[in-house]
Amino acid sequence: MLLTVDRLEKSYGDGAQRQRVLDGVSLTLAAGESLAITGESGSGKSTLLHLIGLLDTPDAGDIALNGEAISALDEAGRAARRRDTVGLVFQQFNLVPSLTVAGNLALQARLAGKHDPAWIDTLATRLGLSGFLTRYPEQLSGGQQQRVAVGRALAARPTLLLADEPTGNLDEATSADVLELMLELCRDAGTALVMATHSASAADQLSRRAHLTRGRLS
Amino acid sequence: MTTTALIALLSHWRRKPGQLATLIIGLGLATALWTSVQAINAEARASYDEASATLGGGSVLVLTARDGRIPLSRWALLRRDGWAASPIIEGEYAIDGARFLLRGVEPLSGLGNGTAIPEDQAIGLAFLTAPGVLLAAPETAELLRAAPESARSSLPPVRVSAAVPRGEIITDIAVAARLLERGDTVDRILVDTRERTGRTPLTELVPALERNTGSANGEVAQLTGSFHLNLTAFGFLSFAVGLFIVYAAIGLAFEQRRATLRTLRALGTPVSSIIAALIIEALALALLAGAIGVILGYVVASALLPGVAATLRGLYGASVAGELAIRPQWWLSGFAIAVLGALAATALSIRRAATLPLLAAAQPRAWAMASARRFVQQAIAALVLLAVAALIPHFFSGIIAGFAMLAALLFGAALILPPALALALRLIQRLARGPIAEWFLADTRQQLPGLSLALMALMLALATNIGVGTMVSSFRLTFEGWLDQRLAAELYVTTRDETQSAQVHEWLEPRTEAVLPIWSAESEIAGRSGEVFGVVDHATYRDNWPLLIATDTAWDEVAAGNGILVNEQAWRSLGLALGDPVRLGTQPSMTLVGVYTDYGNPNAQAIIGLDALLTRYDSEVSRLRYGLRLPPGDTPALAQALRAEFDLPANGVIDQAQVKAFSMSVFERTFAVTAALNVLTLSVAAFAMFASLATLASMRLPQLAPVWALGLSRASLARLELIRAGVLALMTWLIALPTGLLLAWVLLAVVNVEAFGWRLPIHLFPLDWLILAVLAILAAFIAALLPARALIKRPPREFLQIFAQER
Ligand SMILES: Nc1ncnc2c1ncn2[C@@H]1O[C@H](COP(=O)(O)OP(=O)(O)O)[C@@H](O)[C@H]1O
Ligand SMILES: [Mg+2]
Repeated sequence: MLLTVDRLEKSYGDGAQRQRVLDGVSLTLAAGESLAITGESGSGKSTLLHLIGLLDTPDAGDIALNGEAISALDEAGRAARRRDTVGLVFQQFNLVPSLTVAGNLALQARLAGKHDPAWIDTLATRLGLSGFLTRYPEQLSGGQQQRVAVGRALAARPTLLLADEPTGNLDEATSADVLELMLELCRDAGTALVMATHSASAADQLSRRAHLTRGRLS
Repeated sequence: MTTTALIALLSHWRRKPGQLATLIIGLGLATALWTSVQAINAEARASYDEASATLGGGSVLVLTARDGRIPLSRWALLRRDGWAASPIIEGEYAIDGARFLLRGVEPLSGLGNGTAIPEDQAIGLAFLTAPGVLLAAPETAELLRAAPESARSSLPPVRVSAAVPRGEIITDIAVAARLLERGDTVDRILVDTRERTGRTPLTELVPALERNTGSANGEVAQLTGSFHLNLTAFGFLSFAVGLFIVYAAIGLAFEQRRATLRTLRALGTPVSSIIAALIIEALALALLAGAIGVILGYVVASALLPGVAATLRGLYGASVAGELAIRPQWWLSGFAIAVLGALAATALSIRRAATLPLLAAAQPRAWAMASARRFVQQAIAALVLLAVAALIPHFFSGIIAGFAMLAALLFGAALILPPALALALRLIQRLARGPIAEWFLADTRQQLPGLSLALMALMLALATNIGVGTMVSSFRLTFEGWLDQRLAAELYVTTRDETQSAQVHEWLEPRTEAVLPIWSAESEIAGRSGEVFGVVDHATYRDNWPLLIATDTAWDEVAAGNGILVNEQAWRSLGLALGDPVRLGTQPSMTLVGVYTDYGNPNAQAIIGLDALLTRYDSEVSRLRYGLRLPPGDTPALAQALRAEFDLPANGVIDQAQVKAFSMSVFERTFAVTAALNVLTLSVAAFAMFASLATLASMRLPQLAPVWALGLSRASLARLELIRAGVLALMTWLIALPTGLLLAWVLLAVVNVEAFGWRLPIHLFPLDWLILAVLAILAAFIAALLPARALIKRPPREFLQIFAQER
């Protein structure tokens, strides 16, 4: 199993303000599968993705990536897994503003030591970015920026792509466009995908879906 | 990985060359400020060393033998090995019962300007060729001439020099060896290690000889030291200001790239790579900015140095080359501050990078709350430092303690600034009415953490300005006033001997308003060696003499022969009080009726009535000097007539007006140098503020956009930004004022007393403070101007984008 999430718990705040966001979330995902996580705003979708993406640590429960329990990893180990096995696409595109499109596309691959110019070329072409390689993020539209983010996340050939409302900041037509490209690329590369979204139509395009309410998946 | 991270970090500068320039200029200016002060300081120090080398100190090593005598062959050995060595014979020489200190020097190998050979005596052939000459003060010369023919026959002719201390005779080493019957031995060998060194270390070449560094004493060293101390204080302050600026610059560079760093971390860059990248970047920036700063500092220092050189030459006779030598110690220290400052500042960035939350804080208020806790911590640290500063003088004394106190005071005041501003803003916020005022104050508070380092630098610059300005002005005012008092007579005359003295006295009587004898005798004053002067009862003294404390009837009692005045140094070191008995030598005591200031004199001194002096000391009294009162317009003519009528010694007639005018010009120059450094410090601080504001402006759109959307135009937002800068500068000035005054007080009343035994009174210049407040606000306005303009020019589209992006 590529990903196993086991009775995950996560709370924020202290004392009276303490709020249990995840209250025993479990799921599994096989290689190449795609899973949509739906739920209202504030239901904890991002929190779950951050935990799976090793950006944050759970209060209880465990996550196993490729059979390796991440609770056993230290800070450097988590950074290494983020770099090598996971790709991240955020709602706000999180590009490095001072790097060109080409620089951003290659960034994670370079960090992971898996820089493959041919693959990045392919990605750029398929994402329709070939004509914009020397531009800076601020000179791109939202949809273009998100396509750069998708390319960057896939450039190091991760086994798992995590996308947190990747189309949340985009208009409908652009959303559909970006979503389609992302799914296509994942399918072709055999990359598993977990995507958080509040749009039912977007969720329908993935192979599985789960709904997050009151801290649990259903 | 590190390379990739570094490239990503550095790419920021390519996109924002303005910010890079700001950072480098800020770092460079801080380095320049430090370097220029260092350069001036090092140059001054080098010249003091030369001056004190002339007096047998500084870079000069004094070699002595344990049994007291050094064979002359040792000297020859040292010379042959390449050392700049010069022998000295010194001994007591008695003629007809009178004792003198006879010093034999070797003029050709003499160090620097010669070994204590007064400058007004060219080393003529007479000094070298048989029978040689004896150089002596007029008083000494007279005693020598008064000796019976039989005792004098073995002596070379005497030449009068007002520059030789009384009781001393200087002559060629061969003459001294003969008179003191030393044969082939000398007492000391001076080695100037700076001039050149020999091939063999001294420890091997002359292992039997002891090596000491002779310490200079006397007035030159004292006043020189005082000025040098001021420069050191300035260097120290500029260092502090520079450090804050470097710190602010690097800290801002971090803030600007917070998002990039977060992204890098999220993509899996290990913390260690990020740390390595930050350190490499800081070093590169420090070296680049350091080089610019050192060059700039050199330019500034060479522009200022002629003034300093003149000051030193004038004040102390210490000669400073008008040109700046590039000394490794100050350009190294320039790079050192840039690198150390950058690394210290990077340490903070590194800590922040390591603990940077990978996920952006959900609530912006979290940041504000965290900084509230930091304000409390800062305030506590500041109070501890200030308490330490207040306690130091109770438990420690000495100059190091003085400087430690300065450091604690300055850093304490700097640290208390942000929390104090936050508190003040909160108090004002309670009183504020109206949505704009409330938003403005809340927003100002939120900006405080980002601005606080620049504000600290501004505070330190202002405090330095006030402190050093007060110190120099007090110095100048005190000395001017003091010279006016001490040099109340229009002309000062020194005669060769008592016969001439009597003739001059008689000749002067009808030609002046008053002839005031400056007669004195060497004597112990309450057990300390010093000099006692006798004065006649004259309005000149009553009206002018610089008394620190005195009884109402002081001058009457002095005139009556009962009262005694002592100088501040003796008073402080002996712990005397008015009314205390003061013993003179072995004679009965007199009552202390007053204390007078006597700057630049390391020894004890006292004043009693002239008659009392003559009865007590009689034949020991030197009666060669006079002060003359006459209409100021008549002085040139009288001085000329005096010189024509009598064969007076070199510098025998001194015009008081000339001395004063000269001293004034010296202080003017000191003042100019200080003012220039002050302006420089202030502009550097203003630049730091500009850099901070410019950087903050680019990160502040999310705060401004909502208010803009609610109907505040970009122009009024920009106006508010200007007002904010001015208000913050004014508040900073309010804290800088007491800090600066305390600084001046510590320098004048603590450090100076520890160093020299006299205390300078503080003079206050409120007008200067107001001007400084205006300057500070102006500087803040100028600093805020460009960012405010950029805000007006900012396209509304960018404001709208803020709403498009959920943060
Ligand atoms: N860093 C944080 N500190 C405190 N509360 C948080 C933090 N992050 C998220 N939350 C809270 O957790 C809940 C879930 O948030 P999130 O996972 O972002 O939901 P979603 O992505 O489904 O909209 C929300 O109520 C949010 O306020
Ligand atoms: Mg979310």
